[in-house]
This record gives sequence, C-alpha cells and structure tokens, in this order.
Amino acid sequence: HLATSLPLPSERDHLRPRIDMVVFMIDIKSKYSLKNVETSLAYVDASFFLGKVCFLVTGVGRVNACSIETNAVCKLAEAYCSPVLFCELELEGIRAATAQRLLRMLQICAGHIPGVSALSFVSLMRNSNVD
Amino acid sequence: MAAGRGPARGPTGAAFERRGRAAAAMAEEALEDGRTARTLPSLRQLSRALPFARSHGRLGVSASGRLTVPALCSQESADPQQTAFALRKAWTLYSVTPLHRFRRSRLSDYARLLSAFIAAEKQKGLAVEVGVELDIKVALSSLAELRGSELDQAALLVQLSSRSRASSKNSEDKLVWSGWFCSMFGDELSENVPENFTCLPLFLTHGAESYTSLVGSWFQKTFDCCFRRLAISPLNLSWMVAMWAGYKLERAASAVELVFSMPCLSQPLDISYAIHPEDAKALWDTVQKTPGEITQGEVDVFMDCLYAHFHRHFKIHLSAAKLVKVSTGIASAHCDGIVKILHSQYLPGVLMLLTELAISQIQ
Repeated sequence: HLATSLPLPSERDHLRPRIDMVVFMIDIKSKYSLKNVETSLAYVDASFFLGKVCFLVTGVGRVNACSIETNAVCKLAEAYCSPVLFCELELEGIRAATAQRLLRMLQICAGHIPGVSALSFVSLMRNSNVD
Repeated sequence: MAAGRGPARGPTGAAFERRGRAAAAMAEEALEDGRTARTLPSLRQLSRALPFARSHGRLGVSASGRLTVPALCSQESADPQQTAFALRKAWTLYSVTPLHRFRRSRLSDYARLLSAFIAAEKQKGLAVEVGVELDIKVALSSLAELRGSELDQAALLVQLSSRSRASSKNSEDKLVWSGWFCSMFGDELSENVPENFTCLPLFLTHGAESYTSLVGSWFQKTFDCCFRRLAISPLNLSWMVAMWAGYKLERAASAVELVFSMPCLSQPLDISYAIHPEDAKALWDTVQKTPGEITQGEVDVFMDCLYAHFHRHFKIHLSAAKLVKVSTGIASAHCDGIVKILHSQYLPGVLMLLTELAISQIQ
C-alpha cells in the first residue's frame, strides 16, 4: 500500500488489511520529502518502532544532486530506533536487491520466518552505524 | 632538453592518444553527473560529500560551526591589482590532485613547453581556431598573495594570449584563455601528502573549452595529476547563499536570487526567486546565533523561511525542486561548477569554500 503522507484516510480503515511494516521513503534530492516524513512519523503508533519501521533513502547515486544532509537522516533513524537503507532506484540491479531486502524484512515483520522477530532489527542497527 | 627533467615527449601518436583520452576524460566528468554512479557510494563517502558540516578544530571554531570571513595570507600588503583578474569573470571549476615534482623556479621552462605543446597540437590538425592563423603565447606566473595560510602553496596563473600573424609586431596580445590553480586554507590535503607533491586543489578556467582541455592534458601528462569537473550540490549552494546573504556590503547590492529547476516535468521549468538583499541579511541576522560561526541548523532554518514564504504566496514547495543557481552581491554559483566573484574583500572566503569542495572531491 502506497501513501504520500500520513495519516491514512480514515474512510477506508475497515477495508485495510493489517499493516506489518512501514517504509518511509526519503529522496535525497528533495528536502520536502524529508519534511514530509518527519511530520508523518508523528502519526505512527509507538509499537511499530520495535523493528517494523524502516527508512529508505533513494537517489544516492547522484551525489552532486543531494539537498539533504545524510547525517540528518541517520540521526532521525537513530532517534526512532529504526534502520536506514540507502539505494538508487535508477539502477536496476540495486533496485532489485533493495526490493529483495525489503521483502525479507517484511516477511520477518509479518512473522512468517520462524525464530526471527522484528525486534532483532534493532540490535542489528548498532553494527551498521559503525563505519 | 637538459638531463634531470622528465623525458621530453613530443607529439607522437601515443601522446595524441593520451591527450584525446585526457580531453575526453575531462569532458566525460561533466557528463557523469547526468548518469548515476555505477556502484553506490559508501556512507562515509556520502557524508564526506557535504564538507561544510564537518567539525573544524582549527581556527578556534566550535564543533559544528565554521569561521566565516578569513583574510588573505598577507592582507596588509595585498595588491588589489593582483587579485583584480579574478573578479567579475565566470570561472569554471575543476578539482586537481596534487602535482608531482612541480618546481616554481622553472615557470618559464614550463611556459615554453606548454606553448610548444599547443603549437604541436594545432599543427596536427586539432586546430582550436579554424581558419585563423594564431600564435599562442603562454605565460605562467606565481601569485604569492593568493593563498590562505602559510601552509598553502601560492596560486599559479596560466594565461594564453594570441597575436595574429597578419598584424604588425607591435600589436597588443589578446588574452584568449586564463586559468589558475589555487589553494585557500587547504591544509587538510597538504598535511597528508608526501614530499615532491604540490597541492593546489582548485583550478578555475575562463575561456574556450578546447584550450582548457589542451592545458589540462599537458598538466596531466607533465605532473601526473588528474582533473575533474567540480559540481556543486544544492546542499552546498544553500550554504553559500546563506553565508553570502549575511555579508555586509556598503553600497546597494544586487538582489539575492535563487534559481530552482522543477523536476519530473515534460517541459523544463525554472523558477527564479529574488529577494531584496537587505531583507535577506535581516533574515539571516535573526537566524545566526554566533557571529562568525554558521551551523547546518542555521542554514536549514534560513532556507525553510524562504521556502515557507514562497509557499504561502504561490503554493509551490520549492523544497521539492532542485536548487541550481544562487546569486548575491558577493558572488554567484551554479551547480555545474561555475562561479563568479564580484567583491574582492570576500574573495578569500569564497575561495576557501571552493577549495574545501575541491578537496572533498579529490579524497
């Protein structure tokens, strides 16, 4: 389910299936997308932040077009205890690889993988930030 | 040719190949921005692409701020004539890796070699001017005052002037191309570089692209360095406009102008947003907390105010568009790496920013 911002319109609440994971997409070329994500975060229930929220930063292939400071995104992700993925949607290989990663994360969040829960993402994050 | 120098390489087929590749490489770098990188940059590389947000330990600046108006190395004795050539011209920016075995005492030799190289390239039919018989004279000079700290190398100016063979011997030489290498507070690069290397990371050119590639390929061949077009990201442009809008100018200055390019449209659309310079300075003064220091947060607040004002009137989110050009009374900068500096007092400040961008592109 794709939405441009939160909260989702309440008229269709009863038709909507259970939400297992929320991916916030931030375009590195658009400061507006970061602001949009920041305001939308307020509408997410706190229980989602136990591994069911992920930030996806797109457009990182074009370093010369960035309007957002990557440190700001990383700080945001740290504040909300959620992982950040960086990708470039214009490159097919990376697009496919990112989609597979997200799908895998979704499977874990939905509980389809026995023995692994979404809480493990939080502990994995500490390692990926050490550069 | 005297011994002790590198082997004199004449215009052989191999040199031509290299020159063609070098010229193509210099042009290709400009195209590269039109294509995305093949592999993703690492997180460290991404963070480093935004140099102004780094902490600066030197010059007594706090962790996340930076000093705003540095002075030239010997400002007291600075000759305005020396720096006048840099003003009011549109310079195309390149970053240059350190030059190997560059000797400042041999400038006249280098000038001779370079003019021989250019003459040879012209003879091979790679004429830069078609149909006009031109002798290109090369002048290399050292500009001792154009540097920031004592650790910086003095700037190096290359000038190509022509004299038409048809005219009389006493006629004036016409300047057809100029380019200069400089380093303004580029200590970060020069600290870590071994002996025999000269660090002049910023290269500015004005004139025909063909001359730029000729001069560039000669330098690449002779000093084993690498030139790349220096692009300026919207984030860095917003830093520049925030810094420059805050500077005080005595006379009435031109408006602070930002040009945005709207994305994802079938027809290209540019929006030009002009602000009265006094209003811009007043806004910046309310945002900046410590005079002499700027943080990323302050730049963000400044830009957000401008975006909010525009949105209130036109209902367009400029924050979703790409900032391509900023222009103030001090200087103007375009994202393709073209700057024009208008005020000699702030020349070192602007050069310092550009040097930092060049260094971050090299590393």
